[in-house]
Amino acid sequence: METLFFLIISLVAIISAILVVTCKNPINSALALIMTFFCLATYYVMLDAPFMAAVQVMVYAGAIMVLMVFTIMLLNIRVDATKKHSHKLVVGSIIGFFTFLNIVIVLVRSRAALPTGPYSGEMIKKIGHTELVGREIFTSFLLPFEITSILLLVAIVGAVILAKKKI
Amino acid sequence: MENLNSYLIVSAVLFSIGTIGVLTRKNAIVIFMCIELMLNAVNLTFVALSRHLGNLDGQVFVFFIMTVAAAEAAVGLALIIAFYNNKESIDVDDVNLMKW
Repeated sequence: METLFFLIISLVAIISAILVVTCKNPINSALALIMTFFCLATYYVMLDAPFMAAVQVMVYAGAIMVLMVFTIMLLNIRVDATKKHSHKLVVGSIIGFFTFLNIVIVLVRSRAALPTGPYSGEMIKKIGHTELVGREIFTSFLLPFEITSILLLVAIVGAVILAKKKI
Repeated sequence: MENLNSYLIVSAVLFSIGTIGVLTRKNAIVIFMCIELMLNAVNLTFVALSRHLGNLDGQVFVFFIMTVAAAEAAVGLALIIAFYNNKESIDVDDVNLMKW
């Protein structure tokens, strides 16, 4: 049952990812990308990471994609003004295919390490995923967390300065 | 929980599709969305391996990657708008001012 569900979700994720690349209209690409994000959120739920699924839906499908759709509609770009460049398509596809081949070869020839950490599925279900992730962030990853806030501040300032006509 | 390798294969497929999109599309916003797709494929790898190893460090990294992606989206879209104001286009082939 779970395998069937996994296959269906994989199918939807991959088809919508292909639609992101092939759609002529950027709005359709954005909608397909939102579909892919929801599929990834489903994967996170299946991997016992419900907090990650919630953040995925809120931050990616909510914030980032709204920003993108907003930009697309603000710029009001004409659809399909680009010419056909077949050689670029062929070269890009070959490079993408070899990337895939590379990853698959590495996956087939290697073996994942055995579980070493303390967090089992039952423990995550008992204590709660959000609490465990929060504990990790605010204890062993406190400094990177604070640096992240500086990064966001820099991004805000940069976005305002870039979008302004005259400073 | 499914087999670990199936998640990694799905992640590899998504990453490769994102690569193809970045290399073949000309619309800057679509290229941007393909980069987001690649970032998400990496996130899936992180979460799957974190679950497999029983270690939450990978999920904290996913959290940081999402922050970086949000910052990147804000700055990148501001750049695209600035470019559009100059050239009336967001085709990456028009970004050739520094080409000799």
